[in-house]
Amino acid sequence: MNQGDTSMKYQSQSVAMPYFVFAIVLFFGQIAFGLIMGLQYIIGDFLFPLIPFNVARMVHTNLLIVWLLFGFMGATYYLVPEEAQRELQSPWLARVLFWVFAIAGTLTIIGYLAVPYARLAELTGNEYFPTMGREFLEQPTITKAGIVLVALGFLYNVGMTVLRGRKTVINMVLMTGLVGLAVMFLFAFYNPSSLTMDKYFWWWVVHLWVEGVWELIMGSILAFVLIKTTGVDREVIEKWLYVIIAMALITGILGTGHHYFFIGAPSYWLWIGSVFSAFEPLPFFMMLLFAFSMVRRRRRNHTNRAATTWALGTSVVAFLGAGVWGFLHTLAPVNYYTHGSQLTAAHGHLAFFGAYAMINLAIISYAVPALRGRPEGNSARAQSLEIASCWLMSLSMLAITVFLTAAGAMQIWLQRWPESGQALSFMATQEKLELFYWLRFGAGVLFAVGLVLYAASFFVGERAGDTAHDAAAATT
Amino acid sequence: MSDAAADTARPGAYAVPGDLAMWWFILAELAVFGALLASLIVAGALAPEVFAAGRAGLHPVAGLANTVMLLTGSYLVARGIDAAAAEGPRRCAPWFLAATLAGAGYVAVKLGEYADLAAAGYNLRTSTFHFFYFFTTVFHLMHVVLGMIVLAAVARRCRRGDYDDEGLRAPESAASYWHMVDLVWLALFPLLYVLP
Repeated sequence: MNQGDTSMKYQSQSVAMPYFVFAIVLFFGQIAFGLIMGLQYIIGDFLFPLIPFNVARMVHTNLLIVWLLFGFMGATYYLVPEEAQRELQSPWLARVLFWVFAIAGTLTIIGYLAVPYARLAELTGNEYFPTMGREFLEQPTITKAGIVLVALGFLYNVGMTVLRGRKTVINMVLMTGLVGLAVMFLFAFYNPSSLTMDKYFWWWVVHLWVEGVWELIMGSILAFVLIKTTGVDREVIEKWLYVIIAMALITGILGTGHHYFFIGAPSYWLWIGSVFSAFEPLPFFMMLLFAFSMVRRRRRNHTNRAATTWALGTSVVAFLGAGVWGFLHTLAPVNYYTHGSQLTAAHGHLAFFGAYAMINLAIISYAVPALRGRPEGNSARAQSLEIASCWLMSLSMLAITVFLTAAGAMQIWLQRWPESGQALSFMATQEKLELFYWLRFGAGVLFAVGLVLYAASFFVGERAGDTAHDAAAATT
Repeated sequence: MSDAAADTARPGAYAVPGDLAMWWFILAELAVFGALLASLIVAGALAPEVFAAGRAGLHPVAGLANTVMLLTGSYLVARGIDAAAAEGPRRCAPWFLAATLAGAGYVAVKLGEYADLAAAGYNLRTSTFHFFYFFTTVFHLMHVVLGMIVLAAVARRCRRGDYDDEGLRAPESAASYWHMVDLVWLALFPLLYVLP
């Protein structure tokens, strides 16, 4: 990076760059394994025994989580100095932690792929402190310990920056979300022998991340991008951020109950889970209104149109994926039939992409051009390509979701709804869903094309000398 | 602050007291409470004898006392708004503080009720009725406490003169929130303590 040419307000913001770059690299990996798995749904022994389905799935989901974490860290390192109006406490620590996290993460993924999972558990001494073998928390115990160390260093670094600098609602909400993220992760070390207790607290990591503290992180990053791109008063944006996060926490924390319906927890969770999670779409709906209303009231036309497009896009797709598709199967009487079907996969895909992938792509779209000395955004051609990639990725992910929803509905109809004697077996049902799985795979390929276009857009028009001002001129 | 102005009550047909953002919050809270109360009614209709037996173990006088407490709080808050409208935002502070005292009375009575019921061996898992009793009232109690914090914070800032140039936006927002908390109790009290 050309240090002399940067245009961020604080030099230490530049530590965000490797985090963003590595996030996108991992995103590519995630999509590659998604495509492999998409094929394995149709051709069961595709790449077997090289990459069995369970390994592909583990890599796909773990890469998702890790790239989102890299994105969140990059976003934090970028926006905290600007909000706090001072340099980062220790840019050096941020660079060291990047390499620690990147190397540990890469070694873990290599471990998943190189040796059988049970062997990996043996090699990493899982028997001394067993935490492995649980969905999404498959990481060896030493990797989990490494994550905690990285998180502590990270929180110290940004925490000191915030404490010694200007305290804004955005950096306070962001810090709350990040501290919550680290604290909830500690439940990954709690591994009770009772399956009910295990699942009960497993959700404290999984659910209270994505439907709790991550929403604070998303809300604060979105608010930051909106302040920067619309020029609307901070006071107004912060006020709405408060309302949104209050609703996110009220509905999200007790909404954990929608995972407690059938795991052996007390039956009152049927009521709590249904009532509170039924309102979980509300904060996402508010975020949607918030984003569009701020852009409508904008006081300036920022020339980084691509960042604005991602910011609006994330609010729409998050509402659809997390809100609408979540609500579809959140009420206990419905969930009795839909639990763990392809409908869950449909919801998971659109929600993760809309809420957390897209908010990361939004901040990357805003911050990376600035980090590379283009505060006005990338060139007009680059932005057009990036906006096209936003539409392509969003629509193809929506298509994946629709096909999986159709597959889920058919699965429920054949396998769940009939009386036990008449219901089709799991594998017999899967065969009937093949057409939907082909369609899903096709949409997945389009999504991958969208991702390539997104990454390519950062390299378009670099030498042509055209600037973002041309982009503004072209649209007015 | 034209943006801020756009979020506050506009003079004319569609004006709401206080800040529009507060009304979003109030409506969202009412929606959640509404669904909880609807669930309570449905569960009661499904198991009337369980609910009748559970209700018999409550203290209606304590419930009535708490209703009076919250209504008194609302009265004091309304007087505070009147005073602020007549003589400026600083004047609502003593009324709001008095209202938080009424809220504190409510909290004390409620905690006493919980202690009594716990001593008699009741908890969330005793019956569907007890789940709804404990869950909805604790959830509501947290809102009473939040309402008290909002009133006290706004009273303090009013007294400091922070809102002198803003009219009634902040006091009215706080008062509206308090009235919401009161309103929910007015539905909860008969549903839990009184109605057969």
